[in-house]
Amino acid sequence: MSKGETLGEALRRQGITRRGFLKFCAATASMMALPPSMVPAIAAALEKAMRPSVIWLSFQECTGCTESLTRSHSPTVEGLIFDTISLDYHHTLQAASGAAAEAAREAAMEENYGKYILVVDGSIPIANPGYSTIAGISNESMLRDTAKGAAAIVSVGTCAAYGGIPKAKPNPTGAVAVSDIIKDKPIINVPGCPPIPVVITGVLAHFLTFGSIPELDALGRPKAYYGQSIHDRCYRRPFYDKGLFANTFDDEGAKKGWCLYKLGCKGPTTYNACATTKWNEGISFPIEAGHPCLGCSEPGFWDGGGFYKALSMPTEDITEAAVYAVGAGAAAGVALGTINRATKARATKAHEKVTINDLEKVADDD
Amino acid sequence: MTETELLLWVRGPGLQIATVIFLLGIVVRLAEILMLGRKKNLAEARGSAVAGGLRTILTRSIPDPGTMKRSTFNVVAGYIFHIGLFITLLFFAPHILLFEDVLGISWPALPTPVIDAVTVVTIIALLAVLIHRLRHPVMRFLSGFEDYLVWLVTILPLVTGYLAFHRVGIAPPPTLIAIHILSVELLMVVFPFTKLMHTFSLFMARYYNGAIAGYKGVNS
Amino acid sequence: MPQVTPAMELNVETAGALTRNVQPLLHEIRHALARLLDEGGQTVIDLRSLPLAPGEEQQLLDELGQGEVYARLHALGPTEIIESRYPGVWIVVHFNSSDEVIGKFIEICEVPNLLCSQQQDIQQGLEELQAQLPVVTN
Repeated sequence: MSKGETLGEALRRQGITRRGFLKFCAATASMMALPPSMVPAIAAALEKAMRPSVIWLSFQECTGCTESLTRSHSPTVEGLIFDTISLDYHHTLQAASGAAAEAAREAAMEENYGKYILVVDGSIPIANPGYSTIAGISNESMLRDTAKGAAAIVSVGTCAAYGGIPKAKPNPTGAVAVSDIIKDKPIINVPGCPPIPVVITGVLAHFLTFGSIPELDALGRPKAYYGQSIHDRCYRRPFYDKGLFANTFDDEGAKKGWCLYKLGCKGPTTYNACATTKWNEGISFPIEAGHPCLGCSEPGFWDGGGFYKALSMPTEDITEAAVYAVGAGAAAGVALGTINRATKARATKAHEKVTINDLEKVADDD
Repeated sequence: MTETELLLWVRGPGLQIATVIFLLGIVVRLAEILMLGRKKNLAEARGSAVAGGLRTILTRSIPDPGTMKRSTFNVVAGYIFHIGLFITLLFFAPHILLFEDVLGISWPALPTPVIDAVTVVTIIALLAVLIHRLRHPVMRFLSGFEDYLVWLVTILPLVTGYLAFHRVGIAPPPTLIAIHILSVELLMVVFPFTKLMHTFSLFMARYYNGAIAGYKGVNS
Repeated sequence: MPQVTPAMELNVETAGALTRNVQPLLHEIRHALARLLDEGGQTVIDLRSLPLAPGEEQQLLDELGQGEVYARLHALGPTEIIESRYPGVWIVVHFNSSDEVIGKFIEICEVPNLLCSQQQDIQQGLEELQAQLPVVTN
């Protein structure tokens, strides 16, 4: 596909019929969680859309996000999305490596300055750049350098969006999110560990269709996918409302598909599309498979008290603090009590009378 | 602070701080009461002080007929909201999980819709006692800052808990949950410095009264 | 994916055991059918945007059953278009070339647009046909 031609022209050149194009638009609308009534508008927009250049930087990550995305085989709609974007740099997927690859990246940046989309997965270690480098360049400096000419940045996966698993206590690498480093570019967070594949491509499809950033929530996530909590779309919700919970992974309640709150489900405080869009082309999602939601699209889910600790349980040890408090209280109480007795003894000895002032003072104390 | 950070704080350090102040304060105040001691009665014992004390702890759980007649509203509304507080605190499944984590013991829960209904009844009873306090001339005269503060910190966990469970749209649900937990921590921190101490001191008061009478050989 | 089977009989027991979202969806389809008759307006429902419990989607599709038309088109992978037992209610399932589902819709219309030949493609086909045939001189 050559640059400078619209998406419509590119698809026709590939021999895709108008019917095929309409199917593509219907599937894209569904992927973007837009109503079917918008398909004509999407078709019109995609017809005229220009092919954006995309640079994908992988930092301190497990490659799960790339894996999630490449599960679909091309040519598919998701594959087409990728064919319609010009993926000018992705060091896991591309054939080139070393100096040649870096040269390609720099050429793409220069050619499309101010217009390319920067996709990042993985966190950035700032404690010591040596923890993660590409071609000898530290993640932080590559990010800062590449972000300069980007039109927008997409942080794919919870690591890039919020720091992720590398940021878990004690965070030895000093892992931070993209938004902790870049402050002057629009950033779209697409969290999840990994994100649902269709969510990643849906965000890219939005760029293609509308040439703009989708509406974001307070944590920078597209509302189309992260606007509802798992809890509010969970098919097991009636059991939660009735108070029917599974106590272990294989008891009667678990077998009957009851709510997994007691087993540590973070659904009530987690926002993602898992309960509706689901995984593996809509087959299932963790709760449906019998496992409580980890809350993997939320910041801090890794240090949130444990995956199998219910939301109502504390994240820190309370018992130890309680024991110390009782001990200190006993000591202080005895000390104060002794002082009180001494005061009382002195007053009795001096034949002090109890006046209304003393009573009012005591009443106020209580 | 983002809503996630707030929620993690109240579930972590916030609860630790509140627990320390709560327990330290209660133990100090109870120790002070115990250390004051009681005047020794030099007369000869005519009955058992201990038996009288323990008996009175139980018998004073029922209001005496005179009080019931004079202050029917206070007694009935008071019983309703106290029982409601116990039920919502101790028999809601997520709360039991919290106690299990901290204390290591657990007990069966009541169905969630029951707790939901009891919460509403308790809130209504608490509103009723406030209105009564404001309208009754003597009660209004006697009421001070502390009385209203204590009422507020008692009703807040019920109201915020109800809003959090029903995910009422005034704030994102994680924030509602965080505010509920924060309101409980506020209650815990205020507790030892106010008349909420009656939760523990009432047993001592009943015992002392019963013991004095039991020593003399009479029922109290 | 709806099965290629003869039209199903109305099953009273299935109707009785319908769960939470299946009933409302069927009502939505009913309203859409009425609108199609009265005003000729078409409706498309994206099945993938709705929370359905395991088995509910199959229940819905079983209830809609299969009518007289079964079409399979090949554009960017296969697509199955089936008229349900209720004329005017069509089930459209899009697959990619690896047979993975990429879209599931219920369309209430006389015929889904995708089944019709598109103007652009007709134009293309005409040009190709003209190129095939010897030039006709009159």
